[in-house]
Amino acid sequence: MKPDIVIHDTADSVGVAVVEGIEAGQELSVWIMDTNETKSIVAKDAIPLGHKIAMVDLAEGDTLIKYAYDIGKVVEACGEGHHVHVHNVKTKKW
Amino acid sequence: MTTERTIKAYRRENGRVGIRNHVIILPVDDISNACAEKVANNIVGTLALPHAYGRLQFGADLELTFDTLIGTGANPNVAAAIVIGIEPKWTQRVVDGIAAAGKPVAGYSIEEHGDLETAAVAGRRAQEFVQWATELQRQEVPLQDLWIAAKCGESDTTSGLASNPTVGNLMDKLEPEGSYLCFGETSELTGAEMVCADRAATPEVRQKFIDTWNRYNDMIERHKTSDLSDSQPTAGNIAGGLTTIEEKAFGNLQKIGKRSKYIDVLEPAQAPTKGPGLYFMDTSSAAAECNTLQAAAGFALHVFTTGQGNIIGHPIMPVIKVTANPKTARLMADHVDLDVSGLLSGDMVLDEAGDALIDMVVRTANGRSTAAETLGHREFIFTKLYQSA
Repeated sequence: MKPDIVIHDTADSVGVAVVEGIEAGQELSVWIMDTNETKSIVAKDAIPLGHKIAMVDLAEGDTLIKYAYDIGKVVEACGEGHHVHVHNVKTKKW
Repeated sequence: MTTERTIKAYRRENGRVGIRNHVIILPVDDISNACAEKVANNIVGTLALPHAYGRLQFGADLELTFDTLIGTGANPNVAAAIVIGIEPKWTQRVVDGIAAAGKPVAGYSIEEHGDLETAAVAGRRAQEFVQWATELQRQEVPLQDLWIAAKCGESDTTSGLASNPTVGNLMDKLEPEGSYLCFGETSELTGAEMVCADRAATPEVRQKFIDTWNRYNDMIERHKTSDLSDSQPTAGNIAGGLTTIEEKAFGNLQKIGKRSKYIDVLEPAQAPTKGPGLYFMDTSSAAAECNTLQAAAGFALHVFTTGQGNIIGHPIMPVIKVTANPKTARLMADHVDLDVSGLLSGDMVLDEAGDALIDMVVRTANGRSTAAETLGHREFIFTKLYQSA
């Protein structure tokens, strides 16, 4: 099955949409590259190609994990399945 | 282990391998661009390399301009060079620097002659150079004699997922075979700088990288007016789904693969001196600045990944464009040399993508024009360290 979402590492709190046109309510297939596992998640927002979806509930102040590393801080709570981007995550640098 | 892969290329006087055979008309300074272009207009088979600087620079900034000019002329993709500057002294310095590579080079200064007389005299020599260069023959040489640089631009999340790992796969395969490889983009490792530091081959190189990154980061801290949103990441990066510099940095670092360690940290435009292997160069993350520095260091081919569709080229160093973004591959096919979006649809595995890129490297080295070459992308952009005097 072709994945809709790809995750780099099992530790990651987000996945990336690799298909165009994901709509809210759609059930998505998820591929974890690190372990070659698959699972599913339901999108709560539209997720454009290349954009991130929360794989877990994220609270304000949480660290966002991708590539198994810290890629920024959550500045607005975001539930599982929602769109994660500049509106709810900021850099810890600069 | 040595590869049996070979390419058909030009072996230059100093032993270096070039994959193009340019006769360049190189202006020393901005006001000599017009005369250089007159020569290139008159003599078919020459290429002018106009640029924006070369006047009233001083100190390290001036030295970097000289290194960029001389390194570009000395690059093995250049068969011969005509240098044109307003004043004789700096013109001669560039001529002498290029001549050290052993290739034909001649310099002309415009003062006391004017553009027309200079263009006439330089044109006659350029004609001789072209007729000489066009008789040079490609010969079979090992692939590892080709110096390859890498960079990513207008990246998105597909870059970190697929196109950058494809370049990393190439590096993992070619580095053990004795290739010279280069990556850079100092600011764009921010967030992943310690992971990058750990990929240094020795503690000394590791410390050199950390010092280099700190110096660049201090410069950003000194001049920034915001968190650099829309600059780093760019608006295009953000449109493509990249949210923070940290996320962009981890994606960027996929280009050096899983195994290779870098054996030195190069100054901007500095040629490698420690033999075959992977090198980090201190560069801006702006594509044209970085590519220009890598070409000036002697790299003869570039593998460039893009997510949203950076369209960069270079006057003398072919730039192979790789994307894993299916939308970019579809909408900007005229700019894409290799589409690896199959990695994201499950139609291709990383090993296949890396092999496909090596195949494209060989074809390009053998003479295939890149998308950027056919479209006339010749970005030649100097890195400026500070204001001119």
